[in-house]
Amino acid sequence: MEVPILKQGHYLIASIQSALTDADLSQLREALIERVGKFRARGVIVDVTALDVMDSFAVRTLRDIAHMARLRGAETVIVGIQPEVAFAMVQLGLTLKGVATALDLEEGLAFLDRQTQLRIERGPARLERG
Amino acid sequence: MAIKGKDAPLPLPDPQAPAESTAVLLRELVAHLRQNRTQLREEWARRITRAQLLTAMTEEEIFAEATSVYDNYVEALETGTFEALQAYARNLSERIIPRGVETHEVVGIVLLLRDVLARSLFGKYHEDFDKLNRILDAYEPAANRVANTVAVGFVQERERIIRQQQEAIRELSTPVLQVRERLLILPIIGVIDPQRARQLTEQLLRAIRTNRAKVVVIDITGVAAMDSNVANHLVQTVEASRLLGATVIVTGLSPEIAQTLVTIGVDLSEMATVGDLQGGIEEAERLLGYKVLPLEEVTAKA
Repeated sequence: MEVPILKQGHYLIASIQSALTDADLSQLREALIERVGKFRARGVIVDVTALDVMDSFAVRTLRDIAHMARLRGAETVIVGIQPEVAFAMVQLGLTLKGVATALDLEEGLAFLDRQTQLRIERGPARLERG
Repeated sequence: MAIKGKDAPLPLPDPQAPAESTAVLLRELVAHLRQNRTQLREEWARRITRAQLLTAMTEEEIFAEATSVYDNYVEALETGTFEALQAYARNLSERIIPRGVETHEVVGIVLLLRDVLARSLFGKYHEDFDKLNRILDAYEPAANRVANTVAVGFVQERERIIRQQQEAIRELSTPVLQVRERLLILPIIGVIDPQRARQLTEQLLRAIRTNRAKVVVIDITGVAAMDSNVANHLVQTVEASRLLGATVIVTGLSPEIAQTLVTIGVDLSEMATVGDLQGGIEEAERLLGYKVLPLEEVTAKA
């Protein structure tokens, strides 16, 4: 299943709706990295609220997305990790080191706003001027 | 031939011997024990005192308990059923455990009773070696089973108490408290075992979600000791919280714990630590953008 990627202001939002195969994950990674440049995005949010299992490949892909997006100039934040998933992840040693995380989409947006030094009432024109 | 009329040097229990002969012997034995109840009981109580067992109890108490143990003992020998004795052993354990009676004392007194009774049997039958052997054949398994029953009853009661206490400690659950909007504190007191660590982490993660917390202060002032296991649990809790987007500040590491952790080489570099709970809350407020001012300053500014 392809993950829809939405553009919202300067951010890209990928909302995972169901369990993904490894191929889907790779596809998501490629699509996101490509679109970061295409839309000149400053931030990427990957919403994993719907996932109740997170395996090592998924975690690695998320980490790769974050690192790759950073190289392309965008900050990534993973949002919506379930408490049970978080607990299982740390027990397996999958801790997403170096990747920002937030409680939910709202928090993720707030985090990116802080990171990119933008006001909530930002506009594209103001951004381009500085 | 040392023993007249017998080929075997030692009369082994005859497998052909009818079960009733054991019963008959036991009946005879019980009659003997009943007859000499006063004397044997006193002898037993004396030996308990001499061996300095049950020091937590007075002599009268020892004598009273000795009497009921004796009667139950004889009854168990007589009937061959151990339920009554078991119940009595449980009841006895319940009464004496809070007074600090140890396992070795209980085992000791039961073994003493066995010895006292065996001696009296030697005394009674010393002229008829063959009979003595048969009596002992009947007596020993029953006596051993009695000793076993009492000892096991005592240990089981102890274990029950330990389980109960563990339960109680667990129920002194760790509260997750909200002290400000989006700020939780988690004071940990006592010993952290793997089970508790797990429960604690799950509780905290749920609370982070329901309270939409951004910062959590874990205060471990009340944790007496920490080893690498506990430290790892703590690191896991911090990491799991971070995955939910919450920052964790650990406060109240005692000098001893700090030294232990560095000595055993636990890597806590990922963990934000502040000296005490007050400092932790202040740091958390800073992260959340709060600033607490005395009322005068606020009114002066306004």
